[in-house]
Amino acid sequence: MTADHRHGSESPETRTEAIEALLVGKGLVKSAAVDALVERYEQDIGPLRGARVVAKAWTDPKFRARLLEDGMPAIRELGFGDNTDAHVARLVVKENTESVHNLVVCTLCSCYPWAVLGLPPAWYKSPAYRSRAVREPRRLLAELGLDLSPDVEVRVWDSSAEVRYMVLPQRPEGTDGLGAEELTDLVTRDSMIGVERLQRTG
Amino acid sequence: MGGMHGFGAVDRRPDEALFPEAWQGRVCALAGYAIGAGLANLDAFRHAVERMPADRYLADGYYGRWLYALETLAAERLVGDAAVERPEHVGSVVREIDREPRFAAGDAVRTWNRYPQGHTRLPGYARDRRGVIAEVHPACVYPDTNADDRGESPEYLYTVAFDSRELWGEEAEAAATVYIDLFEPYLEATG
Repeated sequence: MTADHRHGSESPETRTEAIEALLVGKGLVKSAAVDALVERYEQDIGPLRGARVVAKAWTDPKFRARLLEDGMPAIRELGFGDNTDAHVARLVVKENTESVHNLVVCTLCSCYPWAVLGLPPAWYKSPAYRSRAVREPRRLLAELGLDLSPDVEVRVWDSSAEVRYMVLPQRPEGTDGLGAEELTDLVTRDSMIGVERLQRTG
Repeated sequence: MGGMHGFGAVDRRPDEALFPEAWQGRVCALAGYAIGAGLANLDAFRHAVERMPADRYLADGYYGRWLYALETLAAERLVGDAAVERPEHVGSVVREIDREPRFAAGDAVRTWNRYPQGHTRLPGYARDRRGVIAEVHPACVYPDTNADDRGESPEYLYTVAFDSRELWGEEAEAAATVYIDLFEPYLEATG
């Protein structure tokens, strides 16, 4: 492979400092804004938003219908869907049932519904997940601890354009008496990607 | 990467840090701001990632690829005193166009079999494959032309359903469907 002088042999830390200095020098970026955005990603934008959306959908059938019809306007009702991921065309929410299981992947890069789940976990971006989710979803899910019955149809959503997908997991049995906060606590990030099905714990 | 062999098991770790190393967070934010400020549109950024040498693509990791793409684009576009124009649109890629979608839900289609030098969003594993339109979306900026600044030339976007057997043949898992979001030019009607 040819050496490319543009990319150097320094550590990623050093290269990051260099590209940041260049972008700041050209007036494209301000370092203080970078600090603020990193903090926002780490603290504010995460899967808790998606969990609130799911809990609301479980308890409000009209909201659930609006969410499944068109996701972005529905999550805006809850104050989400701000300028995170502003280029996105649509948010599509797919509902798991007794007979259908949905799984989200991006084989081309790592597109992910930032507006509801934040930034993707490392495994979602890994070559192993990206290559296998479309070819052998059942085997992959079984390795991750989810054995699907052969009767359950698997639907894999490869986010190859600017539509983003989120899974609406099934509400676990025995949660009828729970309030919105308790239901929100039950919802995991991985259940909204589709690599997990929820059970009531504790 | 869809369908490739040889990457082993998925290594899912609970409670992993969002940015295990501080530079990764900075690269993530830098890329967002640089795209917003007009260094490159998102399609050109993705194409810069795809233009990486294959060994570096795998070795550098996710934010390492973003760093590499930023370096590539900076070297190509921030030379001398060249000014960067802020993009006209900073919001959604959805565009209104004055023609109707060619396909409707339920239509049978086949994907084209093309391996362009440039950027495209038709995954390699779904070329020359038969599917069925599952959903018609609004027209969106067409990445294939937008990535190398040949214009937005918006095209309708469709979710197309592919039976797993059509994609993977004898080895396909049972009762599995793969849905892929594809632009109109990638598709032709089948009888």
